[in-house]
Amino acid sequence: MGEYLKPLPSKNLDAKPLWDSCKHHSMALQRCVSCGQFRYPPRSLCPNCHATETEWRPVSGRGRVYVSLVMCHSYGPAWEKDVPYNVSIIELEEGVKIWSNVIGCPPDEVKIGDPVVLVYEDVTEEISLPKFRPAGNRTA
Amino acid sequence: MSAKGACAIVGVGETAVGKLPEMTTLGVQLEAIGRAVKDAGLGPKDINGLLAIQPSNDPQRSYALTVAQAAGIHPSYATDLAVGGATPVAMVAHAVMAIMTGLCSTVVCVLGHKQATGRLEPRHGHLRDGNEDFEEPFGLLGAPAVHAAVAARHMHEFGTKNEQFAAVAVAIRRHASLNANATMRKPITIKDVLESRWVVKPFHLLDCCLVSDGAGAVVVTSADRARDFPKPPVYIWGFGEGHTDGPLQSSSLTTLGGKRASEMAYRMAGVGPKDMDFAQIYDCFTAIVIVTLEDYGFCAKGEGGPWVENGRIEIGGDLPVNTHGGLLSQGHIEGMLHITEAVKQLRGHSVEPERQVNDAKLGIVSGHGASLSAHATLILGRDKP
Repeated sequence: MGEYLKPLPSKNLDAKPLWDSCKHHSMALQRCVSCGQFRYPPRSLCPNCHATETEWRPVSGRGRVYVSLVMCHSYGPAWEKDVPYNVSIIELEEGVKIWSNVIGCPPDEVKIGDPVVLVYEDVTEEISLPKFRPAGNRTA
Repeated sequence: MSAKGACAIVGVGETAVGKLPEMTTLGVQLEAIGRAVKDAGLGPKDINGLLAIQPSNDPQRSYALTVAQAAGIHPSYATDLAVGGATPVAMVAHAVMAIMTGLCSTVVCVLGHKQATGRLEPRHGHLRDGNEDFEEPFGLLGAPAVHAAVAARHMHEFGTKNEQFAAVAVAIRRHASLNANATMRKPITIKDVLESRWVVKPFHLLDCCLVSDGAGAVVVTSADRARDFPKPPVYIWGFGEGHTDGPLQSSSLTTLGGKRASEMAYRMAGVGPKDMDFAQIYDCFTAIVIVTLEDYGFCAKGEGGPWVENGRIEIGGDLPVNTHGGLLSQGHIEGMLHITEAVKQLRGHSVEPERQVNDAKLGIVSGHGASLSAHATLILGRDKP
């Protein structure tokens, strides 16, 4: 396996627990202890109630496609073999939306509303990216 | 203290747009400033306010001070603004605020960049958006993708079709074909748009704006001085800004900050969408024009697709949009040329006669950017309110 050429997230103080949880294949999201709202990306202040105390809760791994795009243009050598690839906004059961990819099916087949389940792609020793596969039971 | 009619735009400057490999990023801006100041019948010592923006390929501690020093301007008010593609419109609003508070009396707002050939210039860094860690690892790259998310939701929620996005590109290209300073002047058809290659579905290449070199600048001063200038002043009737969450946090991707920004601008100006003779809408991507026209109240939410069809937004139609050819076909100067075009339309006798909007009295300008989260609105008028 060659060197991983795609961009990687930085494990800054706010985001380290997120990427560490993904590394252990048990993705956790930041949740405000005061108002109970989940948030993403991780930040030190709750945008809903301005409380600073947070906890990290493992996610169920279930969600639905909110937006599905097919990237047909390659933005550099690292992506050339991937195009066309899917980029989606996934709405997790916990109520937050995240950018990710739906993999394991042709990119054109991913539709808004489709149920998806979380999987992990171990791209380096330190980073596993949260990605999604179709869950079946597609609703119209 | 109302800002309505307090200030006017008395000078505009534009450079050529397209590929300008012989000029630097600073150089194109200085040319636009020189032209705008001359257009106002002024010299560098008459300017005491300067608003600029950090160039993405050469960020500096204070770009406004770099520009001011290079242009021989000694400002009592100078700063960089940063609200993405909403920045030029916001600059005009900030100029009014600075003048009304007495910080300065005559402000130059400038925006220029070299996105087409700037890669060839030596760089000293690159501005980052701030959310890359949660986007780029998944291959969410480039401006088209995040805007395609808006298009995808609009299609899903309202049944909008690619043909309707294409109608926006066709209308704006027609206007560019009438503008001597436009990059893409060959008229196109709906079929041309639909047959152009996919960039990111649901956007074809011709749904996407150009990448350009060039600059624009405007001179803003108080309305009571405005009559002393050589060209007819264009009055600032109203403005508003509405910055929102990013695409992950927003409750909707089909209503953006334009709703709040335009409501504020209409309220200040005491006018509404039906009073507008034209609209210069930030057209980074075709779908954004449709969403903005809805957010601005020209049609109901969700009806923008059918509304833009059949020439309604072309010169001669109900609401001419982007009479210069916009970011889609004239050139992408982050919307600064939407403002200079609006001023020229309202002055009269300043554009090719074929694209002059007949008896234009009021126009609205939108600015949009920062990954869907920034919006600013400006209402300009030929007459003093």
